[in-house]
Amino acid sequence: MFDFLSNYDDPSLLGAFWVTVQLTVFSAVGSLIWGTLLAAMRVSPVPLMRGFGTAYVNIVRNIPLTVIIVFTSLGLADIFGVTMGAPDNFETKYFRLAVLGLVAYTAAFVCEAIRSGINTVPVGQAEAARALGLSFSQVLRLVVLPQAFRSVIGPLANVLIALTKNTTVAATIGVAEAALLMKEMIENEAQTLLIGAVFAFGFVVLTLPTGLFLNWLSKRLAVKR
Amino acid sequence: MKLRKVTAASAAVFALALTATACGGGDSGDSGSSSGGGDKIKIGIKYDQPGLGLKEPDGSFSGFDVDVATYVAKELGYEPNQIEWVETKSADRENALSRGDVKLIAATYSITDERKEKVDFAGPYLLAHQDLLVAADSDISEATDLNDKKLCSVTGSTSAQNVKEDFAPDAQLSQRGGYSECLSALQNGQVDALTTDDSILAGYAAQDQYKGKFKLAGLKLSNENYGVGVKKGDTETVNKVNDALEKMVSDGSWQKAVEENFGPANYKNEPAPKIGQIVQ
Repeated sequence: MFDFLSNYDDPSLLGAFWVTVQLTVFSAVGSLIWGTLLAAMRVSPVPLMRGFGTAYVNIVRNIPLTVIIVFTSLGLADIFGVTMGAPDNFETKYFRLAVLGLVAYTAAFVCEAIRSGINTVPVGQAEAARALGLSFSQVLRLVVLPQAFRSVIGPLANVLIALTKNTTVAATIGVAEAALLMKEMIENEAQTLLIGAVFAFGFVVLTLPTGLFLNWLSKRLAVKR
Repeated sequence: MKLRKVTAASAAVFALALTATACGGGDSGDSGSSSGGGDKIKIGIKYDQPGLGLKEPDGSFSGFDVDVATYVAKELGYEPNQIEWVETKSADRENALSRGDVKLIAATYSITDERKEKVDFAGPYLLAHQDLLVAADSDISEATDLNDKKLCSVTGSTSAQNVKEDFAPDAQLSQRGGYSECLSALQNGQVDALTTDDSILAGYAAQDQYKGKFKLAGLKLSNENYGVGVKKGDTETVNKVNDALEKMVSDGSWQKAVEENFGPANYKNEPAPKIGQIVQ
């Protein structure tokens, strides 16, 4: 029943899911950094930065991911000539473009999750830190963000799981990850339901342990108030 | 007590709804399987491939697959206004037939062994080859010089897989959502060639906005035998469609349809394939 899977070795089923994992990890790290910066902008005392952060989040999270990913290929690469340091290697070029698109999109959600965490920190703490003479970035780095992160592990786990599944959109610009292999198999094998089940199972294997682990972590690290 | 009444009433409504829909399903199934003289025939085509199956902005349909299907439907006893066109994307084709959503499929449907396990094929009605569409001034003419080229094809398609596995494993392959996206990349020089079946390429090159800009390289990289998909086990329909296809070739409508749809673009069509003769 599953013998058709052995027809695929470049990429194999595991190889394709490995690309999915790589997309997820790179995009997760990137969007965590960019999202934190955005959240810092949104709570900063500088009106221009607050405005930029708000505008970015509200625009980007309301654009469909497919549009963003296709734009990195048709817009950035084709029209503006962005090559991401790999003009002659399509595999690397489109992988990096996909990561760029995923980071840009996911960061908006990360930012909102972190901002909600910042709001859980009692405002008296920030005021006390200011009274001690700490600067804005010191207040954020030393007092507010460490507590904020601990309270948003749960919401961030949701974002990470959504990101894992969103990597399938990278297939639209030809990144050879799981969804692309699925398309190839459906094209060749005429076994839509079975193939769909195999890939759905693969994603459950990726996301279920992530969710359980982060859920446990968020309970362990929650700030008791 | 009141609650029970409501439950009974809603159960009755629910049961009625179930039986009513069951009736409806049965009816449409019947009209689908009765051949000739019926009210409608549902035929699956592609909506997005100029030259083969294309839904025009005004809602009409054009292309070689459409012409073949119209001719076959006429031989089965359906006038063009009795045809209901249904979009069948590549991944949906087997299921659409086995569920009975469509009676026939003429949608660039290559006959392969894997597919023959799921559906029956009439035809083939066209022998296509994988080929390259290149800029009009390009000098690509042989398959051997493809490994240092940049190619474009549609994500997951057979053509894209052939490039990776067979004739140019070292070529840079950009896989995209549709052929139009590849054409825009070809137009601004991001890729050297767009590769898929020559019939599809010819259809694109024949579009008004691209006339004279692109040409076919004329490489025969693979053989694709387009057949008409029919529900598994429906031998009667297969035979009727085969008869219709033979008649279409013998009375010249086939050649006329080929020239109309693939005309400009340096496309030299193969002679009409014999029914049941599959070129490997």
